[in-house]
Amino acid sequence: MDRALFPDGVERCSFGKFVLWMGFVTAFFLFGLYAMLLIFYKGIVVTGLDNYFGFGLWITFDLAVIALGAGAFFTGFLKYILKIDQLKNIINLTVIVGFICYSGAMLVLTMDIGQPIRAWFGYWHPNVHSMLTEVIFCITCYCLVLVIEFVPLVLEQKQLNKIPFLHHLAHNMHVNMALFAGIGAFLSTFHQGSLGGMYGVLIGRPYAFREGFFIWPWTFFLFVLSAVGCGPIFTVLCCTLMEKMTGRKLVDFKTKALMGKIAGTMLTVYIFFKILDTYAWANNYLPSIGMTFDQMFYGVVYGKWLMFTEIILCGLVPAIMLITPSIRNNPTLLYTAGILDCIGVSLNRYLFTVQSIAMPILPFDTWQVYAPNWAEWATSGMIVAYGVLVMSLSYRYLPVFPQERGLNR
Amino acid sequence: MKAKEFKVTWGMVIDLDKCTGCGACMTACQVENNIAPMVDASNKMRTLSWMLVYELSNKKSGAEAEVAYLPRPCMQCGNPACVPVCPVIATDKNEEGGIVSQVYPRCIGCRYCMAACPYHARYFNWEDPIFPKGMEKALSPNTSARPRGVVEKCNFCHTRFMQAKDKARQDGGDPEALADGAYMPACAEICPTGAISFGDVKNKEHKVFDLAQGKDAFRLLEKLGLNPQVYYVSKREWVRKLGDNYAATGKPGAAKKHS
Ligand code: SF4
Ligand code: SF4
Repeated sequence: MDRALFPDGVERCSFGKFVLWMGFVTAFFLFGLYAMLLIFYKGIVVTGLDNYFGFGLWITFDLAVIALGAGAFFTGFLKYILKIDQLKNIINLTVIVGFICYSGAMLVLTMDIGQPIRAWFGYWHPNVHSMLTEVIFCITCYCLVLVIEFVPLVLEQKQLNKIPFLHHLAHNMHVNMALFAGIGAFLSTFHQGSLGGMYGVLIGRPYAFREGFFIWPWTFFLFVLSAVGCGPIFTVLCCTLMEKMTGRKLVDFKTKALMGKIAGTMLTVYIFFKILDTYAWANNYLPSIGMTFDQMFYGVVYGKWLMFTEIILCGLVPAIMLITPSIRNNPTLLYTAGILDCIGVSLNRYLFTVQSIAMPILPFDTWQVYAPNWAEWATSGMIVAYGVLVMSLSYRYLPVFPQERGLNR
Repeated sequence: MKAKEFKVTWGMVIDLDKCTGCGACMTACQVENNIAPMVDASNKMRTLSWMLVYELSNKKSGAEAEVAYLPRPCMQCGNPACVPVCPVIATDKNEEGGIVSQVYPRCIGCRYCMAACPYHARYFNWEDPIFPKGMEKALSPNTSARPRGVVEKCNFCHTRFMQAKDKARQDGGDPEALADGAYMPACAEICPTGAISFGDVKNKEHKVFDLAQGKDAFRLLEKLGLNPQVYYVSKREWVRKLGDNYAATGKPGAAKKHS
C-alpha cells in the first residue's frame, strides 16, 4: 500500500503488520504521555522523588541515554574529520539513534525541573560556574546539530527527493556535513564531560567528588571516555536488534566489528583511568575527609557488588573482549561484550546519581532507599517508545542503510 | 571557587548541652517564614523544615545511654556547595553578612543544589502552599510564600535582618555594624533554654565571637571544607565526635579552622 514510499530496491513488511506494530508501541507511548501530562498538571509530587532523592531514575536515564547516544558524535568525528570511510555504512543510524537519545533526554529534563516554564532561564540568567549551565547550553545546541544532520536523510526519502529543491538542499547539507560533525564533536565532548563534572564538583558528596585538572574534575574526562566507549557499540546493538526483528541484513559485520574495535579501544583507555581514579579516591581522598571505602556501600541495594559489576564485569571484561580481534570477530561475543559495555556505563551513571545522594554524610544520618514509582517508569518508557516509533518510521521509509540492497540480494 | 570574605559574618552558636529537643525553633521558623502545613505530612522526606532537630545517641544502653539534640538550620557555608552549582544563579552568597540567598522567582527547581548540600538543608516545594481557612490572618506579612516547584531553605530570617538595618538607619546608627542582639532570627529568639546564640562571629562585641572560638566549639563536617557559619558547642566528647567523620583515622577532633 505504501510501497511507493519505500527506499529504492528494498523489501518491507506488509502495511497491516506495520500498523499493528506501531499500534503496540503507541500504547506504551500514550501511557507515558498520560503520566507526563499528569506531571505537568500536578507537579513532580506524583513521582517517587523526595528531598533526599532530588535526582533519581530520570537523571540516571538521561545520563545513560546521552552516553549511549554518543555514537553519533564520535562516529561523525571519525567519518568526516578522520575520514574513516567504512563508517558511512552505519553513520545514518548513529545520527538517528543520537537524535532520539538527545531529544528524549531533553523532554525528560523539562519534566524533571520543578518549573518547566522557566526552563529557558538557563540562557537568560546563566551561571557560568555551573557545570549544569554548560550541559543546558551544549545539549540544546547539539540537539539542533543532530536535527541538521537528520534532515538531509529525511529529504532523501524517495518521493521527497524527486522535488528538485529538496534534492539540492539535501545534497548541499551533505556537502557541509563535515562542518556540523566538527561542531557536534566539540559540543558533545563538552557536555558529556560536564555531565561528569556535575558530579565531580560536589564537595559535599564524597562518593562523587573528585579532584581534577584546572576547573575540570577527573569525572569530566572519565565521562567523555566512557561515553565514546559505549556509544558506537550501542548503535551496533540497535542495528543488530533491527536485523533480528526484520530478518534483513542491514550492515555488514566488518563495519560492526570496526565499531566494536573503536568502542573497545576507548573503553580500554577509560577503564584504565577509571581504575586509577577509583584507587586514588579510595586511598587518598576518602581518608582525608575521615571516611573509608567501606563506608561508601551499604547492604545489598548499595553494595560493593555494584561497583565491581560496573568496573570489572561490565568494564574490564568487555574492554578485553572488544580489543581482542578473535573475540570481536565472533558475532555472539561481540554483541555480548557490547551489552556488558552498555550496562556498565549505565550502571556508572546510576551509581553517581543515586548512590552519591543515598549515602549519609552527617555521622548521625542514615542510608535512605529510593524506588522510582510508576510515573517515572511510564515517562521513561514513553521515551523508549518514542525512539522505537521514530526508528520504525525511519527504517521503513528512509534510505538509512546504504548496504541493505547489496547484502540482501 | 574561592570563598568570599565579608566584614560581617552572621553566625549561630548552638549549645547542644542546653538544647532539650523541644522543637520550639522548628515551630517558630515555620511561622516566621509562612510555611504552609501539609495536607499529608506522613512522608517526612517531603516536608519543609528549614530548621530540623536531629536526635543523637551515644549508642550505649542502660545507665550509660545518653541522647543529645541537634538543631540544623542552613549552615550559610563560607564555601557553599550549593551556590556554584546552580545553573541560573537562583542562590548566591554575595551580600554583606554572608547569608546564602535563595531567589524563588528565578529557581527552576532542578534540585541540583539539593544534591550538592551534605547537610540536607534544602527543601523542594512539592505542592503549592495552601493555608487552612483562618490561618491567613496569622501569616507573616514580610515573607513571601513560595510556589510549587522551587527550592527553599533557611536564610537566617533575612527579613528580620532588613528590619534591623532599617531600624538602625532610623535611629541614626550604622546598618552595617548592628549591635549584638539587634538582629535575631526567630529560632534564636524563641529557644526557651537559650541554646541558640546569634550574632556576628567576626565582631568582638558580639557574644558569639567568643562562643565560636571556645574549646568545645565545632562545626559539622569541617573536613569537607564548606566552612559553615553555624557552630555547635558541647562539653561531651561523644557529641563533638558526631560532628564529623573519623572512620579513617579513628581520631576525634579535627584541626579547627576559623573563618
Ligand atoms: S548548608 Fe547546604 S544549603 Fe546551606 S549554604 Fe551550606 S551547602 Fe548551601
Ligand atoms: S533548584 Fe533552584 S536554586 Fe537549586 S540549583 Fe536548581 S535552580 Fe538553582
